[in-house]
Amino acid sequence: MNNQDDIILRTDNLTKRYGGVHALEEANFTLKKGEHVAIVGDNGAGKSTFVRQITGVEQPTSGDIFFEGKRVEFNSPLEAREAGIESVFQDLALCNDLDVPSNLFLGREELLFKFGPFSILDEKKMMRKAKEVLERTAIKIPNLSNHVGDMSGGQRQCVAISRSASFASKLIIMDEPTAALGVQETTQVENIIRGLKDQGVPLILISHNLRQVFNLVDKIWVFRRGRIVGEVIASETDGNEIVSMITGMQGGVHEKASYI
Amino acid sequence: MTSSSTGGYKTQKSWKDWLPKDISILMVLLGTALIFEILGWFIAGQSFIFNTQRLTIIILQMSIIGIIAIGVTQIIIMAGIDLSSGSMLAFTGLVAASLAQTSDYTRAVYPALTDMPVLVPIVAGILMGFVLGGVNGGLIAYSGIPPFIATLGMLVAARGLARWYTSGSQVSFFIDDYAILGSGIIPVIIFLTTAMAFHLLLRYTRYGRYTYAIGSNEQAARVAGINIRAHKLLVYTLAGGLYGLAAVVETSRTLTAQSGAGMLYELDAIAAVVIGGTSLMGGKGRITGTIIGVCILGVITSGFTFLGIGSFYTNIVKGIIIVAAVVADQYRNNNNGDR
Repeated sequence: MNNQDDIILRTDNLTKRYGGVHALEEANFTLKKGEHVAIVGDNGAGKSTFVRQITGVEQPTSGDIFFEGKRVEFNSPLEAREAGIESVFQDLALCNDLDVPSNLFLGREELLFKFGPFSILDEKKMMRKAKEVLERTAIKIPNLSNHVGDMSGGQRQCVAISRSASFASKLIIMDEPTAALGVQETTQVENIIRGLKDQGVPLILISHNLRQVFNLVDKIWVFRRGRIVGEVIASETDGNEIVSMITGMQGGVHEKASYI
Repeated sequence: MTSSSTGGYKTQKSWKDWLPKDISILMVLLGTALIFEILGWFIAGQSFIFNTQRLTIIILQMSIIGIIAIGVTQIIIMAGIDLSSGSMLAFTGLVAASLAQTSDYTRAVYPALTDMPVLVPIVAGILMGFVLGGVNGGLIAYSGIPPFIATLGMLVAARGLARWYTSGSQVSFFIDDYAILGSGIIPVIIFLTTAMAFHLLLRYTRYGRYTYAIGSNEQAARVAGINIRAHKLLVYTLAGGLYGLAAVVETSRTLTAQSGAGMLYELDAIAAVVIGGTSLMGGKGRITGTIIGVCILGVITSGFTFLGIGSFYTNIVKGIIIVAAVVADQYRNNNNGDR
């Protein structure tokens, strides 16, 4: 067992069933402080289900989640965020009709005057902070007042990631952050991820792209049919072994080719 | 260009970013008025626009629809819809009117509740609007019924409530103070004040930000931690309050309340909102556009009356304009990528 102080996130027998469908079965997962890990697996392997439980989007059927050594129950994504778990979702989760600062600060606006829902927004402060955040990521976005929907996929992804990275988060989860991006944009996103590693921010990366996984993370967790079937150090394994674990077969050339 | 550039990022909208949308709607308004002006000289031999009396009537008629349309604008920005505003106007109008009667009239709805301060019927009408709006919002937010169905139910139910409330009879004979609300240009002042308030609310507060966010991408708003249900409830409730306000103004202006009031107002309001550039897909729209949209509708209705063309033609044209506005909106969306 690892030293408890080093561990930021742990799940014990985390299980999620949708009716009769066992989407996630007794997942025992640990993440150390500053560690970057990947979760890989085929479609329907339970990767996204796992993430939805620890980010409060859904509540597990059974099992426990420990964050920073304490048992937690997140009833909403907001509660997970308030605890310091930030996620970048597969579908980007941006509001296309809002500009960059509005998206970055959605749900935690800077306020000039606090009065419940009728609180007055401090737009200047949000714009200033948005600029600072994006300058750190070295992403070129010509006009922050443009609606996010008018931007390229890469710019949008960078906005989404910046949102997660900019709020002093304790853990960042990214679900297929580069799935829809071109080569250059993918490189930019990967650079942001490396930046997080340097800052010591732990990361869970869900990706189908094994090349990317091997490039970016310390450890790989393999999911198959709702179960965790392996936990391997990235530098001690290769694509072949991972593909075998993903498919549950001794990896043939074809499967390997399709994954790498 | 008026935009400033700091540290490689432009931080302000250039005037071109926000001007054209409202300008184009304004041009439609001017064009419509111009067409009626020209037709007026040819057919009726007199000016359409430069007639104070007609302008006053147009503006007064528009104020009621305008107040409703403000409530509907924020609902449509949130990707919702409200079909119940006309029926709610009838019922809330009756509630307000029943508390605004003078004791000189012996057959008052509540003989014990006559000659009350004018604030009582006003507050009662608006509160009843909040309640019915809250029912709409509650159904939509907490039971997951689509807004179209929930408010369709309210359209029928509120009309039924209105008939039940006074067993179908009219309510009139108001205290003098109550009549003031609908006299002169006071309805216009109420409309524009409300419009200003909601413009500021949508533009500068968390309320507005969340309304746009939910309309733009409800899932994103949810994971951003916005309490979607509470916000929907609030938006529909406030809209209901506006319908109540519109009802108070209408009953005060016509000096009577009846269960058949506000028939099809919901469609006029939705039409004004859509013509004003608010997208039925949600996420986009402005109160300023709705004000112009209301004016366009008013000009068309009044223009057809002016030219002596039957009201059924007015409805046909209104129908065509609504569809055209929605088509224009979809065209705009398609041109802006995959939204």
